[in-house]
Amino acid sequence: MVEVAFFAGAIGALGGAIAVIALRNPFYSVLALVVHLVSLAGLFLLLYAEFVAAVQIVVYAGAVMVLYVFVASYVGGAEEPLWEPIPGQRLLAPLLAAALFIELSIAVLGTALRGLDSEGPKLDTGFGSPANIGELFLERFLIAFEAASLLLLIAAVGAVVLAGRRRGSDAQPSAEGSS
Amino acid sequence: MAVEWYLVLSALLFAIGVCGVLIRRSPLVILLCLELMLNGANLALIAFSRNAGNEEGQMFALVVMVVAACEVVVGLGLIVAMYRRRLPLNVDFMRGLRG
Amino acid sequence: MSPTTYAWLVIAFPLAGCIVVALGWRAWPGRLAGWIGTGAIFASFVSAIGAMVMLLDRPEDARELTSSLYQYGSAAGLEIEMGILVDPLSVFMTLVITGVSTLIHLYSVAYMWTDRGYSRYFSYLNFFVFSMLLLVLAGNFALLIVGWAFVGFASYALISFWYRRNTATTAGMKAFVINVIGDVGLVLAAFFIFRELGTFDFVAAFDAAPESFASNQGVLVLICLLILVGAFAKSAQLPLHTWLPDAMEGPTPVSALIHAATMVTAGVYLIARTYPFFELAPTAADISAFIGLATLLFAATVALTVTDLKRVIAYSTISQIGYMIVAVSIGAYAAGMFHLMSHAFFKALLFMGAGSVISAMAGIQDMDRMRGFRRALPLTTVLMTIGALALAAFPGTSGFFSKDEILGFAEARGGYFWIIVVGGYLGALLTAIYSFRIVFRVFGGEPCKEARSLEGGEQYHAEPVNPATGEQEDTEIGFPGKHWIAERAWPMAAAMTVLAGLALVGGYIQVPGVDDLVTKFLTPTFEASALFEEVHESTSAAWIGLGVGGALGLLGIAIAYYLYIANPEAPARGIERARRVHTFLLHKWYFDEAQDALVYRPVTAAGRFANSVFERVVVQGLVAGAVGVVRSAGLLVRGAQSGFVRSYAALLIGGFAALGLYFLIASS
Repeated sequence: MVEVAFFAGAIGALGGAIAVIALRNPFYSVLALVVHLVSLAGLFLLLYAEFVAAVQIVVYAGAVMVLYVFVASYVGGAEEPLWEPIPGQRLLAPLLAAALFIELSIAVLGTALRGLDSEGPKLDTGFGSPANIGELFLERFLIAFEAASLLLLIAAVGAVVLAGRRRGSDAQPSAEGSS
Repeated sequence: MAVEWYLVLSALLFAIGVCGVLIRRSPLVILLCLELMLNGANLALIAFSRNAGNEEGQMFALVVMVVAACEVVVGLGLIVAMYRRRLPLNVDFMRGLRG
Repeated sequence: MSPTTYAWLVIAFPLAGCIVVALGWRAWPGRLAGWIGTGAIFASFVSAIGAMVMLLDRPEDARELTSSLYQYGSAAGLEIEMGILVDPLSVFMTLVITGVSTLIHLYSVAYMWTDRGYSRYFSYLNFFVFSMLLLVLAGNFALLIVGWAFVGFASYALISFWYRRNTATTAGMKAFVINVIGDVGLVLAAFFIFRELGTFDFVAAFDAAPESFASNQGVLVLICLLILVGAFAKSAQLPLHTWLPDAMEGPTPVSALIHAATMVTAGVYLIARTYPFFELAPTAADISAFIGLATLLFAATVALTVTDLKRVIAYSTISQIGYMIVAVSIGAYAAGMFHLMSHAFFKALLFMGAGSVISAMAGIQDMDRMRGFRRALPLTTVLMTIGALALAAFPGTSGFFSKDEILGFAEARGGYFWIIVVGGYLGALLTAIYSFRIVFRVFGGEPCKEARSLEGGEQYHAEPVNPATGEQEDTEIGFPGKHWIAERAWPMAAAMTVLAGLALVGGYIQVPGVDDLVTKFLTPTFEASALFEEVHESTSAAWIGLGVGGALGLLGIAIAYYLYIANPEAPARGIERARRVHTFLLHKWYFDEAQDALVYRPVTAAGRFANSVFERVVVQGLVAGAVGVVRSAGLLVRGAQSGFVRSYAALLIGGFAALGLYFLIASS
């Protein structure tokens, strides 16, 4: 049963990933990523990380992907030109990716780490539950928690600054009032 | 499932993300491929956390998600700014570092 | 004041004059610069007289004085003082130099009146007098070489004075290069003297010479020969004489001062001053005497054929200096100095007269075009004739007594010196011929058109041209200005008259058997000389010699009269019959061509080779090659900066993969 779930999730994730890089229309790529994220959430569930899976769906697939959808709609789905200006890039990219994959696989499969080829120790109930995660955040990893929120604030401010309309510096005339 | 299945899957997802970053020219799609790489890392973290019986891996994954969100926000802001200035949405056009 | 103080004043006045004129050249109103320069030299002359008087006040054995301003350098056993030596020889030289220079400055005030380089001229001329005085008053070899070099520079500056004339600058460079060859000889001689005797000081070196050297020792002969190289370059003797005729490119007063009366006599002074070395190395002294004799005859023959007025007088100078070199080489120091003095008088006079004539000809120097100026330029005619008489050794003039005293001394020495006697008398005959060649050609015969115009009251005007090449010039700065003749400019007339008087009566201070003021004055300097003390000719032999000399002079004048006045076609027929000889003499025995082929061409070829092969290929190749290598390496590396973000990302991933591979391998 677990294996079936695993393979379903894996195929979904892989399919979504390949679709992201292969589809020409960026809008379709965004949608493919959503599929990928949901599959990954499923895999997280298999690994006893309920909270992370929930967050993945709500935040990642929910909010972040919606942002992507907004921008993709705003910007439009211009197709990329077919010709590749950098010589050899179309050959080099898969090669490098394959090299990385092989190295990582060798590192994982050939490793002398004990216990890697087993499922792992017996877990308590509540492993990965929100309560445990919350405890950890507010006790041991408080600083990381606070730093992460600060980072979010900075990013929000930065986005407003970057995308905001500057007086006289935009190409299109302002149809609305002053920003 | 033994944890190495998850790890190999995460390596594969990561590699696919790398390939996408190198091949695609639209900045929007490059950001999507970056998301792929981040998610691959997340999967590896969760798998190790399960394997070690320790929830710290999940903590790490959550923080990674926060960072990914921030990065997306800034990146999309950049794309909107580019679009506003009527620049073509093609990273090959940004050759200012040429020299 | 002591003689040495006077001597320092003698040096100081011309230097002050030079600086004052040079620094204030815009400030001096009108032609004041010339009067300042003349005044400075006159003050120097007065100081020289003061030095002589004070020196004569002292007893005879105390007439060698040294004085040092400060110690110039002291290292490794070498001590060089900024010191002068005041003794009869140097005082004699300073009197001649300052006296004749005063008159020439006076002449120049008028001659250069409209020249635009007036102040520059006088500062250069004062500088020259300063350096010449430094040379003759120097008390050690170092200061002598300093004065020697300064004189060379002053000569260069004054020859190329009209610097926009190509011929003038070329001549200046030629003079300077040959002078430098002489400088090298002199400096090498000084090095050897220091090595053998351990000192540069004159008094110390001359006292040490008899003990340190055996007679005719190899090193001593070498030293003397090197000194001779220097002396011959400066005094224009064979084979380093080629610069002097070309140096006539300079203004005429410059020719009078530098190339007749003073600078060219520096070599004579040098040999006289270093007489202890020469007396200890008779080989070198004899070589010197015979080269002097050869020069004497060579120059006299050439002077018979050249047609440029100033060049005839230049060759005459070379010839007369040959006499002086012979004199100081065979030991007739007093006779040599006496001839130096009288030559200064009449040669400067001849040049001054030539300047007047050339001005009347509006700058033309070619004697073929000059005729019959005796009515147009009466004063110049008389004065120049007096000069020519002195040069030809007409009985009673100064040249008469001085020239024959040299030959009488040679006769008294006997042996192979009789060659010198015979050669000297032959030279005297030729001298008389060419000196009256000038006089009869320029002043005799029918007046040419310039002379006729002057008789009518109008000085002839012509477009300014270069007398040597005939190319057009203008009267801007760097070219000569308007011309002045003696009859119309009192400074010129005054200077020439004084010199004529001196040329006439200057000989009477050393008449054989009557008085010998020069010898007596110079005795303290030469008392250590064996030849000076022991060789005397008897008065009767002297008068026989004088008689022969006078007769030859009169004969020469008569031959010249025959050729140029009585029988004007005779020269042309003679040239026709002896065409090859005439051409040989006219080309100055082909010395210039020989120097060109033997020295100039090989050296310039070597230079061209060095430039084209060594410089261009090796040096530039190495430098440019290094540059090229660096540049291509840079271009190679530059290819990686394409600007494509995806390339950079690919490089990044590639590096990461390589790193991973390394760690995989390293940990297995």
